[in-house]
Order: sequence, then structure tokens, then C-alpha cells
Amino acid sequence: MRPLNIAILAMGGEGGGVLADWIVDLAEHNGYIAQATSVAGVAQRTGATIYYVEMFPRARAERDGAEPLLALMPAPGDVDIVVASELMEAARAVQRGLVTPDRTTLIASTHRVLSIHEKSAMGEGARDAARMEQACASAARRFVRFDMAETVERIGSVISAVLFGALSGEGALPFDRQQFEDTIRRGGVGVESSLRAFAEGFERAKAPSEPLRRAPAPAVAALPQTHADPRVARLLVRLRDEFGDAVRPTATEGVRRLLDYQDPEYAASYLDRLARLAPHGDDRLLEAVARHLALWMSYEDTIRVADLKTRSKRFERVRAEVRPGGDTVLSIDEFMHPRLEEIADTVPAPMGRWLLKAGPARRLVERLTTKGRIVPTTSLGGFLMLRTIAAMRRWRRSTLRYGRENAQIEQWLDRIDRVAPADPALAVEIARCQRLVKGYGDTHERGSRNFATLMACSERLEGRENAASALRELHEAALADDAGNLLRERVNALH
Amino acid sequence: MAERSFAQEVGKLRLGAGEEFVGEGILAVTKALLQSGVAYVAGYQGAPISHLMDVLADAREVLDELGIRFENSANEATAAATLAASVNYPLRGAVTFKAPVGINVASDAIANLSSGGVTGGALIIVGEDYGDGSSIMQERSHAFAMKSQVWLLDPRPNLPSIVKAVEDAFELSEASSTPVMLELRIRACHLHGRFVAKDNRRSPFALADALENPRRDVNRIVLPPASFLHEREKVEQRWPAAVRFIRERGLNEFFARSERDVGIAVQGGLYNTLMRALERLGLADVYGRTSVPLYVLNVTYPLVDEEIARFCEGKRAVLVVEEGQPNFIEQAIAASLRNAGCSARVFGKGLLPIAGEYTPSVLADGLRAFFATHAPGAMAPAAGLPAPETAAVLARAHRELADQVQARTPGFCTGCPERPVFAAMKLVQRELGEHHVSSDIGCHLFSILPPFDIGNTTMGYGLGAAAAAALGSPSGKRAISVMGDGGFWHNGLTSGIANAVFNESDQVALVIDNNYTAATGGQDLLSSKAITRNRSTQHPIEKAVRGVGVRWVRTIPRTYDVGAMREALREALTTREKGPKVIVAQSECMLNRQRREKPQKRKAIAAGERVVRERFGVDPDTCTGDHSCIRISGCPSLTVKPNPDPLRSDPVAHVEQSCVGCGMCGEVSHAAVLCPSFYRAGVVHNPRAFDRFRHRVRSAVIGALQRRIDRRLAATAI
Repeated sequence: MRPLNIAILAMGGEGGGVLADWIVDLAEHNGYIAQATSVAGVAQRTGATIYYVEMFPRARAERDGAEPLLALMPAPGDVDIVVASELMEAARAVQRGLVTPDRTTLIASTHRVLSIHEKSAMGEGARDAARMEQACASAARRFVRFDMAETVERIGSVISAVLFGALSGEGALPFDRQQFEDTIRRGGVGVESSLRAFAEGFERAKAPSEPLRRAPAPAVAALPQTHADPRVARLLVRLRDEFGDAVRPTATEGVRRLLDYQDPEYAASYLDRLARLAPHGDDRLLEAVARHLALWMSYEDTIRVADLKTRSKRFERVRAEVRPGGDTVLSIDEFMHPRLEEIADTVPAPMGRWLLKAGPARRLVERLTTKGRIVPTTSLGGFLMLRTIAAMRRWRRSTLRYGRENAQIEQWLDRIDRVAPADPALAVEIARCQRLVKGYGDTHERGSRNFATLMACSERLEGRENAASALRELHEAALADDAGNLLRERVNALH
Repeated sequence: MAERSFAQEVGKLRLGAGEEFVGEGILAVTKALLQSGVAYVAGYQGAPISHLMDVLADAREVLDELGIRFENSANEATAAATLAASVNYPLRGAVTFKAPVGINVASDAIANLSSGGVTGGALIIVGEDYGDGSSIMQERSHAFAMKSQVWLLDPRPNLPSIVKAVEDAFELSEASSTPVMLELRIRACHLHGRFVAKDNRRSPFALADALENPRRDVNRIVLPPASFLHEREKVEQRWPAAVRFIRERGLNEFFARSERDVGIAVQGGLYNTLMRALERLGLADVYGRTSVPLYVLNVTYPLVDEEIARFCEGKRAVLVVEEGQPNFIEQAIAASLRNAGCSARVFGKGLLPIAGEYTPSVLADGLRAFFATHAPGAMAPAAGLPAPETAAVLARAHRELADQVQARTPGFCTGCPERPVFAAMKLVQRELGEHHVSSDIGCHLFSILPPFDIGNTTMGYGLGAAAAAALGSPSGKRAISVMGDGGFWHNGLTSGIANAVFNESDQVALVIDNNYTAATGGQDLLSSKAITRNRSTQHPIEKAVRGVGVRWVRTIPRTYDVGAMREALREALTTREKGPKVIVAQSECMLNRQRREKPQKRKAIAAGERVVRERFGVDPDTCTGDHSCIRISGCPSLTVKPNPDPLRSDPVAHVEQSCVGCGMCGEVSHAAVLCPSFYRAGVVHNPRAFDRFRHRVRSAVIGALQRRIDRRLAATAI
């Protein structure tokens, strides 16, 4: 005879303590001796926390005429149930040896709460959720799992209640559903919503587990046969005739994007530029260029931002995200900080140049733009102002920014075109470097600086046999830190 | 107001003889104090003993009924000095704090107290924060007990034993005129269990009695020649008296006096862990019945030579299970046996790890090694080890996870007012370059972790400014020191600020004023905004700072105003003004604020009042996935999600439902010229007629315009 041991891994503020209290109360009201401990401390502040419960049948103890000795911390090979509020916490339990295939039932939510390291990466930093799930499945005797965060969002409750429900549904504890639910009622806080969440958890745990996750396959956009607008119809024809299956999906996305960004003529110029590189007959290269050319040609200027911010789709999206609910009125405010540079970039080029020239005009604008502005998009004034900026779209081709971006795009394409015959792999890497140019203000300046650095490096790399991989490494280095320390290091190491 | 309300627990403090107490270990200790007839209790909050302080703060009535004075001490030295009331008078008193950091601060008072000795029982309850989840340096309280000759209790971790230890401690203290320290590990403090209560006792001798007819005995005061007398008294009278009491009362326990010629001596606090380890090796059952002789030290200082000799007699080998280092107990037992001419060999560190927490598996390994060499045949060699195929499966899984699982370090809560302070500091350092930053103890210490990575040292609670003393000399760049309001009132005002004034330090001292000692559970302090019964609050930090002679002080009433925060820091770092520059950054701890406001708002909405709720969001189509916003904020509710854009791969920023609308995101994107993707959504609940009218007009016009845009886009969309 040994006690039943339960370890709960949760993050601060997720109600791991509440769950532990529920389990203790459940046990004590139904003929068990229970003991619980935790090491809360500062871990409560968003860190990972472990709660530990041991229980033993009171009747058995009385029959044997002795008090069971219950431990204060979980030991590998000794834990019957591990409850984890999130996937990485479940994986952590496995890593700490708490989950063993001979004994442990692992009940976990499969959603991810990204660690600060994962989410502060300058690009993609998330760990491999699929691998974590696989490891959990292999280490546990049973792995009960589903996205409980989704349940919580939908029902508007707390994850501890869903976990409690899953614990009941899974059936590893010698108590029936009624006894579980009575525990929640005895708790007396948020009983109704907790019971709803409990029920969902119960059912999901009973149902067969969802398959372990795999990397999602990219959706391929279907290409319509024709289009009312002859100019667009022509684009469709070109997409069908000039590009192979490997490139068409991306190129189509590019066209779709640029139609939305500017107009059919602009989209056509996109295809012209692509067509220029088609003769190299390298789909990998063409696909990369199709992707990054479209992104570059749809650079985020003030016009684009104002346009996107005022669309009906965007209003719907905000409403869906905020879920104002019931009898409410929703308002949206933007936080914008246009500086002299952005303004000069948005007005027709001559005026822009005049603004940038040192003089009263420049001083005035600079004085007006020292502070950021809050624009109330849902107010008439705010909306009309943003629409006026968005309407500058018609003159976009005459702005300073347009001239600058297009000159750089041409240089970039020339470089790719020149390198492709000798070193197609390097050409692909050069195309991918566009990814570095993103964001606004300081971020955009940093990105452009890094891009220029890498282009200069690619020149020096041309002709070397490892040129492509070298440039890829520099690309990754540029995304390692804001300060550009690693990149500087790598560039200096280059000779 | 503390983070938790203890109204329910207060009821438990009233339980009478025969009734069953069910609850947390540290609350059982609190009840035991009342059962022991204490006249006064004081202490300084901190994990794991905060709840002792918090429940007493909520238990005013109970305390008044029993005539007990309860103080939230300014710091641990104050708490320990409070025990002076037990020197001349038969008053039982208890103080509590976090160990060993609290004892560091209290040691001066403890040394003086133990030198003169006590008349009434004096108890020091220390909450150990060692091992998993600990937030402090890994040291032992044991050394303090030895150096000042204060007796140290380390009871078995179950409520009846802990409660008994409290009651025994007072008697031991009185029997040996020596203060007693009760050591409770963090898990024991948070242990949920039960014990049979006794009636609370009123102190037979009241504090008033002492004040009415004061007594003095110059021989109790630490000044030569008395101090020399004290040392002799300690070894000639108090020590033997203590040993006698421990032996006669059988405070230490012996289990399984079997014929085995090996045995284990263990600290009481490790008993349950040891038993679980023995059970897994097949040497004990779930009830703790074992064939291995055990000597359980519920008193770890002083040791009782007679008991040691008795236990080890006829044994070849004894294993000492003692957590932490140095191994004082193992050394003492070895010496004791040597003096007694006992031949038993003593093992401990070496078979067991020298450092680190003793978990069941750590002990199991040590025991396996011990029995293998000294009692072969006592257990199966592979007992408690996983089957080979199981081990193989686990090894594979662990390899898989090696580079997947990342540390989840503690950080600022959602909407924490300290976040914008460090965001502003990051922005200032971009302009003026990196500075030396002297950090302090408290939530603000999370600044040393990503994404802020700010802070060079921390030298102890309230010592942030003091730790920048040497670097206070004038130069191109100034040292910045950080201190919380908790540390400020604990000692920082004098040790840091006043010191900087007197020594004309050029440093910039940043005091974070969030209305509570937030890290220890949101207790009130002098500068709290809340008006509370029995405590005097609302004493502004700026006033105190000016009072000790600081000339350059800026108070920022809203830390979320990142621009103002940055401005103040820039000015402080560049001003010509001599002496310390002090910035007081004020905003209420969001954890406590939400705890207060959430229910109020919910009620107001239900009552049909007009309530505006705000939260932030990010537009995925303008976000380019650089995540600068996260690197400069690190708010838990600000995360990333897959990019909906088929052409982009980098994930976009995303604000979760947990957002409390503190405003930091917006302020930062302004101050840092970040990106226009952030928006603030305002939701008006129970809108008034005007709200509705304005909304109708707006939706009509904007809706019409948007339909036109949609038509234009649809015309060319694929």
C-alpha cells in the first residue's frame, strides 16, 4: 500500500494553488488523508511553480492503526498523476523525471505560453511544440491532452477548473464526478463558470485524445479562371502562363497583395520584374524573389498604415478580439509617431525635399512631431484624417520614399540577376535578405543598415564556394540582437 | 492590505481544546503561539513566513482579547530587538522572519539578547528558503545559532510535531534562560495538514505589569564586566540546563531500536523525505515502520552527547543526513564519538552531496551507497531504480527535450508599474550609453532578467543605494541605484540615501514606490496610500528623502508615462547638481490594484453604471514581426502568434485577453518611435444616451465610407 501522489505544474497566477486546494478538499471529504505543499515564493510572479499533493485512504490507515507518512516533494518514479497547465510545463515535468512510463498519467493543456526568450527573438524563436508533445507521450503511461486555453477563452473561466474536470474525466482518482463537482461548489467562488469549464474538461478527457501535432502544411491559393476587370484578368493569364507550379502560389499571393496595396498596373510591374529573372530557370530562386519582391514592393509607408487601419475588415477584427459584448460601445485609438522623415516621404517628392532642407518649414514640422499622437480612428475627425492620408495612394509613385525604395529594389534585382548564373544558392540568400528590412522608425533604420551591410558582404563573398551558407549565417547573426553586436563580430571575422 | 485575506484563517485561531485545526503549517505555528500564552509578536514579512504576519494583521480582535501586542517591525533587527521585553520580565514573546537573510539583519540584536539571556520564553521563528524555488543565497541558519549560542529546533514536518516544537521551545527557553530559534523549511510552512488544538492562553504577566513596575539587573546588560560573566554563564549554566531539558523531555526521537549495527541520524525537518527514500528502497513501509535504527534530531543545536553515544553504541557505521553545508552536525557527532571513545564510524557528506537540497531520490542514492558498503544484504542492489527499458525510454525523452524546455524565470506581472521604469531606463541608456546599475531585493530585481537585462549587483534588502557607494565618485557617467519602497523603509533611507547625502555621492537613486512591500505579499508600509486601522500610513517618500538633506528629488506620479520617466532619468544623469539625485517612481502594484478594482468594476457594470474598460491590441497586418515591443516591455500579456500573412514567416505580436490596459504599450510605441501597430480599444459598458447617439452617427458615416472602400478593393481583388 502506498499513497496516491499528484504533482501540479503551473505558472504564477494560473490557479495551481486553487487546483491543489480542490484536490485536497476532494480527498478529505471522501475518506482520504491528504497533504499538500508548494514552493511558491517569487515564482508566483509569472515563474513556474510546483504544487504537490499526497493522499491515503483513511479507512486503511485506521485498520492498520497508524498514520501514513506523506512526503513533501515529488520524486522521480513516485508520481501517479502530473497535471500541467501548459505544454512546456508538461515537458518540464518530463525533464525533471516526474513523469515515468510505468506509473504516471500526464494531464496537460497543449497550448503554448511562450517564454520570454521565445517571444523576444527578432524573428521566429518558438521551441518545437511537436517534439515536446512526442516526448511527453513517450514518457507518460497515459497522456491526456487538449488545448485548454481555447476552452478557457470560450467559456470565460480559469484553466484550473478545466484541469480539474480532465482529472475527473480521466478517472485516475477514486472519486466520481459528483464528488468532484461538490468540491467546486464548496469552494464557493465563480462556481457556475468553474462547473462549465469542469464539464468541458471532463468530456474532453473521456474522448479519445487529439493526434499529436505536426508542422502545418502551407495553404495553396486557388487561381480563379477569369476576372471582371480586364487588367486583373491579364494578370491571371500571365500567372498561369509565365510561372510553374512551384512559383505560381507565391506569385499569386504577391499579385493579390499588390492589387490591395496599389493597383493592377503596380501588380503588373511586379510580374515584369519577376519575369526578368525567369530565364535563370531556377524555381527556388524565383519563388524566393516572388515572396520578397512582393513584400518589398508593399513597403509599409504612412499611406499603407492609414489605409489598413481604416478598413471595415480591421474594425471587425478588433471587435472580434476585444469582444466588447452585451450593451457596449467600442472605440479604437491608434498610437502614431510620424516624424519629419515619414511626412517628407509621404508628400510629393519636391515638397518632401523642400521639407527636409534646413529651414523654417523643417523646424516647424520637427517641433510639431516631437511627441507621438493618439488618433481616435472611430471618431469622424480621426477616421477622415487617416482616410485623407490613405488617399495619397494615388500619388504614391511621386513620393520620395517610392523613388528610394524602387531604386534599391532595382539594385537588389540586378545583384540577384548577376549572381544567379554563377552561384544560384547565393542569389537565393541575397533574395532572402529582404526579410531584414522591416518595421518602422528606428527598427526600419536598423533593418536597412543591416541589409546594406549584408549586400556589401555578399559582394565580397561572390566566387567563394561557401558563399551562400556564409551569407545565411550573417543573416541569422543580424537577427541575433538589436545592437548588432554578433553581426559586427561576424562581418569583421569575414575576410 | 495583504495580497490575501485571512478572514477564514482568523476563525481557526479561535479553536479551543479538542477541536481539530486544518490548514497551513505556518498558521498552525501562529495558533501554537496563542496556545503558549505569548504577550507579544513581531516580525518582518517574507516567504515562507509572510502568512504568519498577514493572519495576525487580520486577527486584531483575537489579539486584543488575549492582550497580545503585534508589530509589523521596520526590519528584522527591530523584530529581534523586540525580544528585549523578555529579558527582565516573565513575558513570552515571538518574532519571525525569512532565514538566513533575516537573521543576517537581526544578528546584532540576537547576539546581545543571547549574551544577557532571557527570563521569559523568547522564540525566533525562521522560515528557511533553501533549495527548489529559493530566491536567496544558499546558506544555513545553523551557524548563527552556534555563534550566539541560541538553541535551534528543526522539528519533523507534520503539524502536531511543529506545534509541539513551538510549545517546547518556550519552556526550553525559560529552563535555560536562552532564546530559541525554530527552523521551518519552506515546504513545512506551506504544508497543509491537521492537529488537535488547545485553548488559547492569556499571558499571566501583562505588558502593563512590566511598564507599571519596571525591573532592572545591570548583570543582564552587555557591558564589561557583565559580558565576561555572560560567556561563562552560557557554558557553565545555560548549556547544561538546555541539554538536561532536551534529554528529560525527550525532544529528540529514537525509532527502530533494532539489532542492526548501522543507523541513521537525521535532522527532524528531513524525516519525511528520508522515510520516503527508505520506503522506495524497501526498508520502510508507508507508516514509517522501519528496521533501520533512526535518531531524529528535533533539536539540532545543542547536541546531546549522551544520546549520541547511546545511539551509536554497538554500531559499526552511522549515516548523518544533514542538509546544507558546512556539515556542522556531522562534525559534532564525529567529535562527540571520538571523545566518548566510541568506535562507530560516521558518514554523511561524501556519500550524500555536499551542497544542494536533499530530495527523496538524492537520499535514496546516498542510502544505496551507504548500505551497499556497510550493510550488504540489507536491501536489493537495484531497489528503487527504474527498470532498464523504462530508463531507456526516459533517457530518449530527456534527450529530445534537452534544447526544447527553457527556464521560466519570474518576471513583472501583467501591467506591472515597474516595467515602464526599466523600459525608460533602456531608452535612456540608448542615448547616454550603458550605466552601472546597483539593484536591490524586491520585484524590481527581475530587471536583471530578459528582456531588460539591467542591473550589475544586489547586496541585500534596501542596500541598492549603499551598494553604489564606492561608485558615487564624480565621473562622466553616474551610477544608478534601484530600491523599492519596502527596502527604502527597511533601512535604505539611512544606509543608502542619507549615506549618499553625507558622503556627497554623485549617484542617481531610483526609489520604486508601489504602495506595498509587493514581493512579500503586498503588505502595507509607511508610504502606503491606503488608510488602515492600527497603522500610520501615507508618509511620502519624497518628504523623508528631503528630510535627510537630498536637494534634487523628482516624483513621477505615473510610471506608465514612459516619456516623463525617461526625461527624469536623463535629467538626473546629466544635471550639474551635486550629491545624490533621487527619483521616486509612483504607481500602485498592479496585482493588488486588480485585486481591489476588478470586483468593484464588475459590481458597477452589473449595477448599470457607465464604466469604460480599456485594453490594447496589435494589428497583425501592420506588425512586421520584429518584436522590439516585446524586447522593451516583456509584458506577459504581450506575446506572439503565427503570422496570418502567407508571404511572411516571422510571428506577429499579439495582446492576450489578460491585458489590463495599463497603457504601457502605447506609451512605449510613442517614446521609442516603435511602430503604429498598437491600438487601444475602449469599451463603454452601460453607455449613456449621448454615447449611443455619437456611436450611431459615427457608425453611419464611417460605415458608408468603408463600404465604398470595400467596393473599390473588391473590384480588383482576386
